[in-house]
Amino acid sequence: MSLSAPLRRSLLPRSYRSIVPRYPCLTRRCLSSSAAAAAEAPREPEGTKEVPMTVGDGGPGTSRPVKQRPGSDRLVFPGAVNSKFTNRLQFRKYDPERAIDTYRVMDTEGKIFDESHGLDFDKLKDQCLKMYRSMVSVSIMDQIMYDSQRQGRISFYIVNAGEEGIAVGSAAALTEEDAIYAQYREAGVLMYRGYKMDEFINQCFANKKDHGKGRNMPIHYTSKSLNFHPISSTLCTQLPHASGAGYALKMEGKQACAVTYFGEGAASEGDFHAALNIAATRGCPTIFICRNNGYAISTPTLDQYKGDGIASRGLGYGIDTIRVDGNDTWAVYKVTKEAREIAIAQQKPVLIEAMSYRVSHHSTSDDSFAYRARVEVEDWKRRDNPITRLRKFMELRSWWDQDRDSQLRSQTKSEILKTINVAEREKKPPISSLWEDIYDVPTNDQRRQMEELRDVLHRYPQEYDVAQYDGGEDGVVSKR
Amino acid sequence: MRRKAISSLLSRVHRHGQLSAIAPAPRLYSTHPPNAKLNLPPQFNKTAYLSHTAATTLANPELPAEIRDTGSTTRLNLYQAVNSALSTALSTDDRAILFGEDVAFGGVFRCSTNLMDKFGSNRVFNTPLNELGIIGFGIGYASHNPANTAIAEIQFGDYVFPAFDQIVNEAAKYRYRGASDFHCGGLTIRMPVMGVGHGALYHSQSPEAYFSHVPGLKVVVPRGPLQAKGLLLSSIRDRNPVIFMEPKILYRAAVEEVPTDAYTIPLGKAEILTPGTDITIISYGTPLYTVELAAKAAQETLGVSVEVIDLRTVYPWDKETVFASVKKTGRCLIVHEAPRGGGVGGEIAASIQEECFLSLEAPVGRVTGWDVHMGLIFEQFNVPDVVSKWNFRAPETTCVYLCADISS
Ligand SMILES: Cc1ncc(C[n+]2csc(CCOP(=O)(O)OP(=O)(O)O)c2C)c(N)n1
Ligand SMILES: [Mg+2]
Repeated sequence: MSLSAPLRRSLLPRSYRSIVPRYPCLTRRCLSSSAAAAAEAPREPEGTKEVPMTVGDGGPGTSRPVKQRPGSDRLVFPGAVNSKFTNRLQFRKYDPERAIDTYRVMDTEGKIFDESHGLDFDKLKDQCLKMYRSMVSVSIMDQIMYDSQRQGRISFYIVNAGEEGIAVGSAAALTEEDAIYAQYREAGVLMYRGYKMDEFINQCFANKKDHGKGRNMPIHYTSKSLNFHPISSTLCTQLPHASGAGYALKMEGKQACAVTYFGEGAASEGDFHAALNIAATRGCPTIFICRNNGYAISTPTLDQYKGDGIASRGLGYGIDTIRVDGNDTWAVYKVTKEAREIAIAQQKPVLIEAMSYRVSHHSTSDDSFAYRARVEVEDWKRRDNPITRLRKFMELRSWWDQDRDSQLRSQTKSEILKTINVAEREKKPPISSLWEDIYDVPTNDQRRQMEELRDVLHRYPQEYDVAQYDGGEDGVVSKR
Repeated sequence: MRRKAISSLLSRVHRHGQLSAIAPAPRLYSTHPPNAKLNLPPQFNKTAYLSHTAATTLANPELPAEIRDTGSTTRLNLYQAVNSALSTALSTDDRAILFGEDVAFGGVFRCSTNLMDKFGSNRVFNTPLNELGIIGFGIGYASHNPANTAIAEIQFGDYVFPAFDQIVNEAAKYRYRGASDFHCGGLTIRMPVMGVGHGALYHSQSPEAYFSHVPGLKVVVPRGPLQAKGLLLSSIRDRNPVIFMEPKILYRAAVEEVPTDAYTIPLGKAEILTPGTDITIISYGTPLYTVELAAKAAQETLGVSVEVIDLRTVYPWDKETVFASVKKTGRCLIVHEAPRGGGVGGEIAASIQEECFLSLEAPVGRVTGWDVHMGLIFEQFNVPDVVSKWNFRAPETTCVYLCADISS
């Protein structure tokens, strides 16, 4: 690839640009794609052009020059653009009494505070019903799958209890073009986007219809058609991915954004800081949605961080940030909608911190009463729940009633049980799936290993349980 | 505790009866085949690699004379033995601290149970969820004063990688770049490793090879409670950064009579578990128990006498013991769960080839995980099992030479 000289120069960091004319040999060796290109590199006389220092928030056209005048009463410098000089020695203190506000649209009884939200609820009725159905479906699926794990039908499960509103409320504000990078407690995003009940259940049962080919632990979903990237157990790794995906959308000029979800615990990882910083500096249309549910397994937020939640960090990176009541599904919807506007129109990231409470144990491997009191959980449950709140909202408008609710619940439950019944009888993916997709094409060595295993299975048929795998022993074939 | 939690949850399931509408669970997600003769699950209550009586424990020549003469034993599983070693470390060294994700309430595998209550939250505490921070913090604490002892827990070996830079570039090189004026030898990094049957990609890895390539680090893997207690205390007291990998399936499965008093077991020394004359099998951690079954099957059906070695310290490893054994048997097989390519087995095989070439009667073989990730429902095909070891999985090498020898 040979770039034109000006373009090549514009791709260099600014500090290099002044070096280039002075050290032509460096230009030739390190910076040019060919010696010929180097020969035509412009040679500016030293110091003829002063490059102004600029500042901006990363959005296009926001960059403006800054210059500190002699005798100025303030520091004018990129990174500290308008900092007044002072002779009062004072450390800025974090004041817990003045925390960032939490945005709400409706109260715990489902009543709307005022009309400032600007939402036309009557037009949103169908969407509201879909949101509610999605939340209820997730919650019923959770109860049944949790029990399935307890019975040894599946190996693991994580429920969403108490946090359905964050996933569903935000998903309702997004489009299918938006790329999703989730953690693991956001089944509501998939449910709202149209992931089918059998897709959830086939994944958890790791059968041959699982999109992940039986390789991942339960609840590690993936969906190409819903633009939902495969979940990794490794916490927070998906955040910088969302920054990069946002940048890809920016480069394509798409009217879409990347959206990533994560817990307040995961936000302690270095990846969080890396992701926010790179998204801010590159002006990525990426929405970072933190579910702050009070716990990371047993670790309470008090041991996790000392500042004003996760939201306060966004400001440090120069990112538009909001905190929202995660149990208020309309508020989550509203802030996500606004965030999407900002991200796409202004080409920059947004951070949302949605406050909720992890009502359940962390996972089926956890017994949370080893570290928190039962009453704490019961109190929260009594006080607030996103599903109940949205239901009350709908009932106040006579969109919903007890009959409809019971019907929805019993239908959902029987659909899930039926689906499990089928999923459980399905074969596992063929054994060759162990090797596939590691590389685009298996290596010769991997093919030999497959043959080695096939030979072992053939010679010791009684020693392996191959019948449950599609194709049995013949399922170990290296497709060329 | 866990059993109680499960039974209470089961009763909840019964009350709700959610699943009563469908047939009983047709099969568990991980079982062994009904007609298997070789691939049977290891019997941890019978294995000779764990000590089931006080008498066998107290006869262990590696224990200090006082314990052997007048000591008593306690039945502990692996996590309890780790807990006991941690407790000793904290009570005998008031500069020792213990920290990591969820450590305060006892850790997700219960290894630090009650230690915060015993030693206070200044010495036993939760960290924020950040592995590189945990290790960097440990390096800082340990390097501040050579008498300081930092015991860091990484919740799963699979999650150590964010800390890779801190371990490889900092912990391992601190002493070298500081000419021993500065070092972080008081750092020990504990982490659960290896398969559990259903851990999939991110709860099953065996990352020992990554760290066995780094001078300055030691890598230790215990096979059971007695070993864990002594090796962990040695690792903590050793003034080099040690990575201590605990095979997670053994936390509850491996139970033995462990000396009640504190003791250490030397690092850098392998242990011959079963003496033999025809072939040496070298392994560490979980696979040792299927090696034992394979060795038994090989003895019974092929008349092969297997010498089994527990490497214990995977890096830097005990070449003397290994070479002496291979020179005696003339054949060697190395077994680990980690993938074959670039694994610990390759390094051992190469060293044996260099040192024991003239004594070798067959190529050194490896029985390892395939060069794949640990797909959830494929674990039974990836983790080396009894068949793969008994068969020596490389029929064209070790086993064939062996059988040819025996039949001729
Ligand atoms: C890198 C990494 N470290 C540790 C873990 C183990 N782990 C799994 S979930 C979890 C807690 C996560 O808490 P949070 O991000 O708040 O999400 P929540 O479970 O509360 O939804 C931990 C420590 C992991 N999966 N990945
Ligand atoms: Mg959390």
